[in-house]
Amino acid sequence: MQSALQKGGSRSESRLLSVILILALCLTLAPVLRLFIEGVTDQGVPSLSLAKSVLAQGSTLNALKHSLITAGLGTLVSVVLGAAFAFLVALTDLRAKAALVFCLMIPMMIPPQITALSWTQIMGPSSVLLKTLGIAPPLGAPQPLYSPEGIILLLGIQHMSIIFLTLRAGLRAIPQEVVEAARISGARGFRTWWQVVMPLTLPSLAAGTAITFVTALGNFGIPAMLGIPAGYVTLPTLVYQKLAGMGTTVLAEVSVLAMLIGAVAIVGILLQRFFQGRQNVYLVGSTSRPLAIPLGSARLPVEILLWAVVFVILVLPMFGLLATSLVPAYGVPLRFDTMTFVSWGEVLFRQPVTARAFANSFSLALGAAVVLMIICLPLAWLMERHPTRLSRLFDSLLDLPYALPGVVLSIAMILLLIKLPFTDATLYGTIWIIFLAYLARFFAVMFRPVQASLKQLDPAMAEAAQSVGAGLFQRLRDVILPLSAPAAAAGAILVFLTAFNELTVSALLWSSGTETLGVVIFNLDDSGETAMASALAMTIVFVVMALMTLIQLFSRRFPKGVVPWQT
Amino acid sequence: MADINITSLGKVFAGTPALQDITTRFEDGEFIALLGPSGCGKTTLLRLLAGFDMPSSGTIRIGARDVATATNMVPPEERNIGFVFQSYALWPHMSVRRNVSYPLEIRKLTKPEIAAQTDAALAATGLTEYADRMPSDLSGGQRQRVALARCLVSAPDAVLLDEPLANLDVALRASMQAVFTDFHKRTGATMVYVTHDQAEAMAMADRIAVMNQGLIQQFDTPQTLYERPKNRFVAEFVGRGTVVPVKAVEQGENQLHAHVLGARIAVESEAQSQVSHVCLRPENLAISETGDLRAKVARVTYLGGKYLLETVSSCGTRLLAETRAKFDVGAQLGLTITTPWAFSED
Repeated sequence: MQSALQKGGSRSESRLLSVILILALCLTLAPVLRLFIEGVTDQGVPSLSLAKSVLAQGSTLNALKHSLITAGLGTLVSVVLGAAFAFLVALTDLRAKAALVFCLMIPMMIPPQITALSWTQIMGPSSVLLKTLGIAPPLGAPQPLYSPEGIILLLGIQHMSIIFLTLRAGLRAIPQEVVEAARISGARGFRTWWQVVMPLTLPSLAAGTAITFVTALGNFGIPAMLGIPAGYVTLPTLVYQKLAGMGTTVLAEVSVLAMLIGAVAIVGILLQRFFQGRQNVYLVGSTSRPLAIPLGSARLPVEILLWAVVFVILVLPMFGLLATSLVPAYGVPLRFDTMTFVSWGEVLFRQPVTARAFANSFSLALGAAVVLMIICLPLAWLMERHPTRLSRLFDSLLDLPYALPGVVLSIAMILLLIKLPFTDATLYGTIWIIFLAYLARFFAVMFRPVQASLKQLDPAMAEAAQSVGAGLFQRLRDVILPLSAPAAAAGAILVFLTAFNELTVSALLWSSGTETLGVVIFNLDDSGETAMASALAMTIVFVVMALMTLIQLFSRRFPKGVVPWQT
Repeated sequence: MADINITSLGKVFAGTPALQDITTRFEDGEFIALLGPSGCGKTTLLRLLAGFDMPSSGTIRIGARDVATATNMVPPEERNIGFVFQSYALWPHMSVRRNVSYPLEIRKLTKPEIAAQTDAALAATGLTEYADRMPSDLSGGQRQRVALARCLVSAPDAVLLDEPLANLDVALRASMQAVFTDFHKRTGATMVYVTHDQAEAMAMADRIAVMNQGLIQQFDTPQTLYERPKNRFVAEFVGRGTVVPVKAVEQGENQLHAHVLGARIAVESEAQSQVSHVCLRPENLAISETGDLRAKVARVTYLGGKYLLETVSSCGTRLLAETRAKFDVGAQLGLTITTPWAFSED
């Protein structure tokens, strides 16, 4: 308190900071803390006996093994794909880089269950696309994606954008002079890359790899859609199956599983922080001109190859999805005379569940975006102006609910809200538990862009208003809000986008009446309504692309660091 | 309009003292410059006056009101002061007119009053034709005038300026100095102006507080600072010159003589017999073959119409002299010292 006063000289600011900070702490970190307490106690007494027995079960060890294999090898696929694209886009004179970057971001923004659904539509015996082309495998042939290899491939594609983004950011921080100095000393093409560029980018590559592993580990949509039919269970799907099968009676048991995933994830997060910290060492020198090593005659072939990869991993699955959504019944080949929008009409206008899910997802996403904006804007500004010990601690921990696998947060939320303190009321089974979970999970998605823009804001802007007599709320309303509005808008759109697509959290928290879109697609596919699932998935893909295009169109008005794919 | 009284003011940043025990008084309507090298505490003092930072010790009194004491601190928004920032701090999302009228909106004036006072402030700073532009469409000098209009519009008790010309080019700086001087004459506001540029301070201020290491070294009119510096720091920081130790002092009947660089010369001083150093400015040195000491030219700089000679005396001291005639590097010449200012430094 005293130090905050020394800095800004405004009591009302430090008071407001304390209030919002406590609110934010309760929102984001209380669930995680609650889960930790559950894991190390047994009926209120500190005990590790339950943890020991759950960890000794064969199913747990099996799922852990599967999780580590799929997440580890999936990360490898991401690293190969993402790094190849990052090096070529960041270092060479390829054309149409902006379009390429935008396309590479789409896999990250499309929800994983839709990725899984779309890929199953271009492979296997009942693929509408393959049937239409007449190259489908015979009936009865297995779906090749229902396998560990399928999960690994799709996890790799889903998360390649993360590697691409972190590595590209690291590469762009390398001053051009460093590469030029190597070339003037006589180093040629591959040698420059191996001996100069590679060592400088290793920390960002390592950081990206660690966070990709954590994300792949927490992924629920892909192992659920591909692994459950094959009987291949990972930790998140094990938690889901236990909770869906036996309800809250196994809450203590799944808490231990959630802590196990959380523990592996935290190791990954710590590794990422470690490498991220080492990266800054190289941030010296001018980086005004981006690197553009001429590829010469190889440029056109390389461009064709890159776009071909984009076509295969992005466009082709979407065609498969579109084709499936347009047939009257699953398995019928698509021709002009069989093409129909029946599934679209059914899923968008007739099914009460999907209409409800649209309403639920829309209001949850919008509500989360609005509430988080209201909290984050003053909080980010006050934390910037009055860095206290508590606010610095919060700053370092607020990414946790987003970085931790969604399963972990969901279990934590159930534990926290199944019985509200001092009452018999419960939020479990209501839409509010999903809403609070979204607030916790997407806090960082909103906070970081706003923080980035406020860090670049001249503190004199607010001081000027203060010197002419504007009080705290007048300063917030008339100066801080308008100046950080673009960043807040970008953050709000990102929150909306991710919340609208969300599956992992709601898969564990939904009940009849509170379905979200992610849950409905998952359930439709599960019950064999693949055409309807595809039509709904296509709709969501269009919404995602429209929102991403919106951000892209306004990207020039956003301060640096606000749009995640524009580093 | 108000005077400013500062008593035993101190400020510590993370254990490092930035201001030490400052006690001084700025008169009502005075134009004060705070001058010093970077890190001397001048901006800290200004921000304490504005209320952006809280003093570690001491009190500040503006007019009849204590704005900062050991127990109470009036926040900046209630102090009725104007502040002009180095970065101008214009709100980029508001037009020029709205930037200027915002202080009046805060004070809840009626619409016609706001319009009238805003127009007056815009006219006084020559901005009437730019009223509807956005700050990003203005040049540096115009932006500075908007900042000035914004702080003039609410008739503040005092106007604080934090290196307002540091971001402007040399030509614009001269014309903006005139704008500030006119503004001060017309409004009669108490102005406190922070700068590291002594020419700027000399040109505009009624009194200059020269600061170093968190202390006011000397607080006087520009003429006094230049001609009668109190210590070595002020003598070397303000104007060109060399500080030379005094060997011995002779107190005559109405003239003080000192032994400097092996010569006996007449000096002026307040301190009488305790003087320890003299300040030799170019005006105190005349070139003559029968001079008090011999020196060799080490460097010649053309200043336009005259030359600045950097010479090394026979005992190794560097002395600066000005001449209309050109000398070559390495030339030997004689220098006569005429009544320099002497002071005592411990």
